[in-house]
Amino acid sequence: MNAAVLPPSLKELDPEVREEIDDCVERWSDQEGNLIMILHEIQNHHGYVPRGASLLLAEKTGVPLARIYEVLTFYHYFRLVPQGEHNITVCNGTACYLKGSARLLAELEERLGIKEGQTTEDRLFHLETVRCIGCCGMAPAMVVDRKTIGRAAPADIAGIIGEIRNRVENREESHEQAS
Amino acid sequence: MNKPVDAAWKQLRDGCAAAPQDAWIRVGMDSGGIAAGAERLFERLAREVAAAGHAVPVRRVGSRGYAFADPLVEVKSAGNPPVLYGRVDDETASAIVSEHLGKGRLLDGHILGSRRRAVRIDGPVSAILVRDSSLQGGDKTEFFRASFEAELKEHGFLETVQVVGALDLGLYDEGLVVRLLPSGVTYTNVLSRDISRIVAESVAKQTVLDHLLWSRPDPQVRVVLRNCGIIDPESIDDAIRHGAYEALAGALAGRTPEQVIETVKTSGLRGRGGAGYPTGLKWELTREPAADRKYVICNADEGDPGAFMDRSVLEGDPHAVFEGLMLAAYAIGAAKGYFYIRAEYPLAVKRVSLAIQQARERGLLGDDILGSGWSFDAAIRLGAGAFVCGEETALIASIEGRRGSPEPRPPYPSVHGLFGKPTCINNVETLAAVPWIIAAGGETYAALGSGKSRGTKVFAVTGKVRHAQLVEVPMGTSVREIIFGICGGVQDEVPIKGVQTGGPSGGIIPEKHLDTPITYENLLELGSIMGSGGMLVMNENDCMVDVAAFYLKFCVDESCGKCAPCRVGGYQLLQLLLKISKGKGRPEDLAQIRRICRTMQCASLCGLGQTAANPVLSSLRFFEEEYLAYIEGGIPYARKLKKAMEEGRNLKDAV
Repeated sequence: MNAAVLPPSLKELDPEVREEIDDCVERWSDQEGNLIMILHEIQNHHGYVPRGASLLLAEKTGVPLARIYEVLTFYHYFRLVPQGEHNITVCNGTACYLKGSARLLAELEERLGIKEGQTTEDRLFHLETVRCIGCCGMAPAMVVDRKTIGRAAPADIAGIIGEIRNRVENREESHEQAS
Repeated sequence: MNKPVDAAWKQLRDGCAAAPQDAWIRVGMDSGGIAAGAERLFERLAREVAAAGHAVPVRRVGSRGYAFADPLVEVKSAGNPPVLYGRVDDETASAIVSEHLGKGRLLDGHILGSRRRAVRIDGPVSAILVRDSSLQGGDKTEFFRASFEAELKEHGFLETVQVVGALDLGLYDEGLVVRLLPSGVTYTNVLSRDISRIVAESVAKQTVLDHLLWSRPDPQVRVVLRNCGIIDPESIDDAIRHGAYEALAGALAGRTPEQVIETVKTSGLRGRGGAGYPTGLKWELTREPAADRKYVICNADEGDPGAFMDRSVLEGDPHAVFEGLMLAAYAIGAAKGYFYIRAEYPLAVKRVSLAIQQARERGLLGDDILGSGWSFDAAIRLGAGAFVCGEETALIASIEGRRGSPEPRPPYPSVHGLFGKPTCINNVETLAAVPWIIAAGGETYAALGSGKSRGTKVFAVTGKVRHAQLVEVPMGTSVREIIFGICGGVQDEVPIKGVQTGGPSGGIIPEKHLDTPITYENLLELGSIMGSGGMLVMNENDCMVDVAAFYLKFCVDESCGKCAPCRVGGYQLLQLLLKISKGKGRPEDLAQIRRICRTMQCASLCGLGQTAANPVLSSLRFFEEEYLAYIEGGIPYARKLKKAMEEGRNLKDAV
């Protein structure tokens, strides 16, 4: 795990995050078995579950940190490190697999220079696979920044990545001009 | 009969009533449709309909099941039957407004035939749909379309009768298929010489030509999918207009919980999540123990890769599932229910939340529902990507906020379940069938099906099939009928090798057994299981050793690690399969594989481990020659095959 993403201690936790977690724990306080739902909310907000948030959660709910991490590491859905700015997910359900999701993934890995589960050095792209997104009728499918692309072909990959890169470059240029 | 409940329900139902609309547009906005651009179409249609001044509402609906033709748009213009369009792009959407609504002209190349069969022509023919359904050879649709036009012109009908090439009419290998609108009378195997007779008899005199008439009943029966693609899943009023909550109100007004259980028992409904446990019996067993609290849970953690039935139902008709959950709660005496839904299905989560919220606003959820004195509350709990959580005890652990490790049974959840209380867990499809059963009667449902498997089953047919889609058929329908009769056969004319059912817990049904009627028992006999309803078509270009390894890898990844047979056995099995698929296998490996498989089946703690070996055993049973070819061919063979697979080439030619 990247040491830089670990907040050193609970004391240095952003007050805003503290407030938000207080809030969240409060809202779920009267529900039995609320831990997973609270973790979902934290991940929805941050894109991952920061260690500081788990520390605070342990303190607030009395659930030992080890229990929280037991849950976080058991379920595939929870992330402990932030993703890239743009996330690309290749569906690896059976229908997609039969129709060549491995070729899609190989093309993405080559173009981005990272392996599945990794983030590019500039944190621009994060690449991962998912079990099944239920879009088997349009296999092979991939999800780019929450937008599902059906019947994807390796030949489309260059265009998809290029389009995101262009957008980011344009944005940076206009930033420079503005400043 | 509890009169106040009845009166409260009638008031609620009448409050939702709206004047029937003779014209509307429905856009299929399930995840699949949205991925294909349905949101953009929805906005475009709404904008252009308004701009053209048509008083036609544009509505959001779930999926009709024709996944291969997403996005779907259904159009009903005043006085005409609805027409379903598939593969609609921006241009087609504009044409729907300008041509279909504006001029009453149907669009060429996009129409999907309705499944209605008709035997009479009652009024003047307005349009003729043509489609060449031959599975081989060139598409002659355009040729026949032109021939019909020429014939109509000769008889002076060209002004009143439009000839349209359809995208698909739901019939295959029946030569040229011709459907007359608005009646829906369908002719098959039409030859050039029949055209003049069709025009002279059917168009001019409205006489049905019996020797061409297609009169076989539709193999599909829509029970679970009854409202999918028809109602707006985000509006409870629309759902109530289409009969939602009628069964619940009826039960609250005039039936005891025991009577509800009896009806479900009569229906013969069995768990649609895969194991096939009788639903009525499960309810009875959960009703029996005395407890201060009981729970009902809807298992919507559809983790099978390659299956999307539950997602489609939750996205298309969440109210059916919710009503089923409430009926289950009423029957067993539970006051609280949970939907356990995959976090990977955000749209389903959103629509179920809306359904719960709207039901609460209408007084269908909360204290003293409809004045019956019965109270019930429901909430959503999200799954977090763990396949094992489909297993009852692991699912309960997950709702309790723990890691999803299965526990030994007994005690069964019906005695000791969620928070230690009696709990009934049913699958999405099971629950969605319940309101229909309560409304129509147990006997009506039991009349469908075969043997000990009654009613209907939804299948998600995908893979190397021509038209991937959602189908709902009575139990006892053969796999061949589903693949060839409903889904149009194989893709790209590559022969079928087998059909996988039951996902990572199931097996592969080889081509020679495709005529087997689908029942829980028959599938078990073939070494597969019903599973949740994924049906993956595999053709000659798919390597069975590779497929077995794919499924096994899934189970190895998903094993919770609690018991050794699953944790260690799965890993060792996978190593053996990978060794063979690299061409390094030895003949004695197969015996070893069989031994490990048996151990896993006998000694694993939960369903995941017990069934994880099924795909391996099944492929070994029917496709042992593929394993032997790897072992005999060694590394050169494995390399050639791998290369062919990567390039999607024919495996037979490759070696």
